Amino acid sequence: MPDAAKTVDAKGQSCPMPVLMTAKGIKEIDSGQIMLVEATDNGARSDIPAWTTQTGNELVESQEADGVLRFWIRKK
Amino acid sequence: MSNDDSLDTPDSMTIIAWSGDLDKLWPTFILASTGAASGMDVTVFFTFWGLFPLVKDDVRITGYDAMTKALAGMNAPGFKKAKLSKLNMGGSGAWMMRKVAEKNKLLPPEDLFAICQEMNVNLWPCQMTMDLLGIKPEQMVDGLGEPVGAATALQKMAKSDINLFI
Repeated sequence: MPDAAKTVDAKGQSCPMPVLMTAKGIKEIDSGQIMLVEATDNGARSDIPAWTTQTGNELVESQEADGVLRFWIRKK
Repeated sequence: MSNDDSLDTPDSMTIIAWSGDLDKLWPTFILASTGAASGMDVTVFFTFWGLFPLVKDDVRITGYDAMTKALAGMNAPGFKKAKLSKLNMGGSGAWMMRKVAEKNKLLPPEDLFAICQEMNVNLWPCQMTMDLLGIKPEQMVDGLGEPVGAATALQKMAKSDINLFI
């Protein structure tokens, strides 16, 4: 798993909060840095990849374990 | 290639917020905030019943005569008094929906609206319906854009990749 410069904990949050928290978090890291987003909302499974496609940030890796979805995003 | 990209990544959205119903305010502000979070230029044009939620909570009634006051009375101003479009049951339906939303960590529309304000979503009240219903600018919440008309809304819609009427 890539090293993350920042972690956004959106566990327990419903749509649209995981995406809103991701958008806020990405402003706090530098271009090229990686941010980890953790969410439990099932909508995030498709929403976070949709957000990265829309914003041009790179979804480096994603995985699911123990009901938690994790996304590693590299800021463009 | 560039054409495909522009189709995949819309960069603007306009929502006509016609309804003031609680269960329609949710999609309006969920989509508006998510659009802004995705880098889109988002505009919400509030018209007809959509204006009432924007009236400050401490304004008891709007309107300039018996009929406009009666209309406002049936559409109590402020987000907190928004009704459900169906199964409102004198407000208990709306109350239950808010409880269910809270339990599921879905923010209430007024909080999503505040997030939209923070994210610089254009929040435009409709000048004509404000005049028609007797809603004064000073009776509305802070942070809205200048009231505009149909032509301005259409101009924005003509340039928007996504246009919704809610």
